[in-house]
Amino acid sequence: MTIRFTKSLKRFFPELTTLNVHSDSLQSVLMEVNKIYPGIRQYILDERGSLRKHVNIFIDGEMLNDRITLSDNIDTANEIYILQALSGG
Amino acid sequence: MKYIYFRLCLVGKFFKKRLVILFMKSTILLGTRKGLIAYTLKNGTWQLENSSFEGIPVSIAYADDRSGTWWACLDHGHWGVKLHYSVDRGVTWHEVPAPAFPEGSEVKPGVPATTRYIWAMNHGSITNSSRLWLGTDPGGLFLSEDNGQNFQLNASLWNHPTRVNGWFGGGRDLPGIHSIVVDPRDENHIFIGISCAGVFESLDGGNTWHIRNTGLRADFLPDPNQETGHDPHILVAAPSNPDILWQQNHCGIFKSIDRGLHWIDMSESDGPARFGFAIAVADDNPDQAWVAPAKADENRIAIDKALCICRTDDGGKTWKQLRNGLPQQNAYDIVYRHALASAGDTVAFGTTTGNLFFSPDRGEHWETINNYLPLVHSVQFVR
Repeated sequence: MTIRFTKSLKRFFPELTTLNVHSDSLQSVLMEVNKIYPGIRQYILDERGSLRKHVNIFIDGEMLNDRITLSDNIDTANEIYILQALSGG
Repeated sequence: MKYIYFRLCLVGKFFKKRLVILFMKSTILLGTRKGLIAYTLKNGTWQLENSSFEGIPVSIAYADDRSGTWWACLDHGHWGVKLHYSVDRGVTWHEVPAPAFPEGSEVKPGVPATTRYIWAMNHGSITNSSRLWLGTDPGGLFLSEDNGQNFQLNASLWNHPTRVNGWFGGGRDLPGIHSIVVDPRDENHIFIGISCAGVFESLDGGNTWHIRNTGLRADFLPDPNQETGHDPHILVAAPSNPDILWQQNHCGIFKSIDRGLHWIDMSESDGPARFGFAIAVADDNPDQAWVAPAKADENRIAIDKALCICRTDDGGKTWKQLRNGLPQQNAYDIVYRHALASAGDTVAFGTTTGNLFFSPDRGEHWETINNYLPLVHSVQFVR
């Protein structure tokens, strides 16, 4: 499946680009991404492994349901898009 | 003879001035809502030396005066709390793992603990050059023994029997450690300040903690004298006599002359020196301190919309209002807890509306460094 990222993450990971990853869960997707861009997982998830408050993940255009454990099924997903939510000023 | 004496005096004054300049901390390091900023005094004017992490909130910008290392505690709106350091005065930065709570830690039953904000940073001691302390929201104290490469939660304080039910949020939603005071004579003697819990002391490097709130008032609680739940906004020790502690508390200005065993209210009954967030104590005089009064407490703006710093020269018995050079109308500024600093004769403070003021003479006269900064979280004089 394709993993896309918000452009704002490129500030911290300048080499960041769209990836193709084969994985059966969101947590393992992020582990794979973290191998390529060490430290990026801590930008997306907190130390409990939960999605940070102002970050969103869309699975084939649908926002994920489980922000706490990221248990959403991605067996048939084609695209995972990691975005920042709009907040602050 | 008189002429020779006069010449000697002139030469003496010249060298004294040169010495003052040589040893003066002539850089002001700022943590702001939109990045880390450093101003340095060059040829008599304050010039921008460094601007890093532009657009990112810096909760604390801290220079470790043992090594000269600069630290930036970042509060990304989206990407969490981060920690970076620089050994070349902000030219290049390196990220280290931010303090993290151990698996299973809970703020209270059912509420997982995650690091939400770094609110205090201090080195461990002059003799132990690799020790660093961090204070956080939600009330975790962290220690690094390897110069910030790794931080561990202080379990003794986190497991203190008062924490779950006796600490609560003040200024932030959850309890936060904003003050870490290490005795320069004994690195194992540590005070911390928590909003809202109060002052805690350790005599054994953080293995055990003792509550030091006797004499404080928590006017916002049903029982103002209860053991915890107090709201010190900032806690500092006098550099020239670390047995003397000062705090700007939500309920007044308090001083202790017996290492925190008893606190005495030194607020003015009629004047402005009462409510505020920040306090600084002179390097060379434990009885000289500055506060930045604000209109308490439900209406947090400058008193009468006129900005004023108050200084005591007699241990808090009297306070002098210092307004020369500060805006005296239409000012909404308040000064946050880490945003007032002194070093020798110099004093500086940054405000919530982005003003940065400097005094070369202990507050008698103020000059403006910048009126157009972001909200200022922290101010520190560094070499």
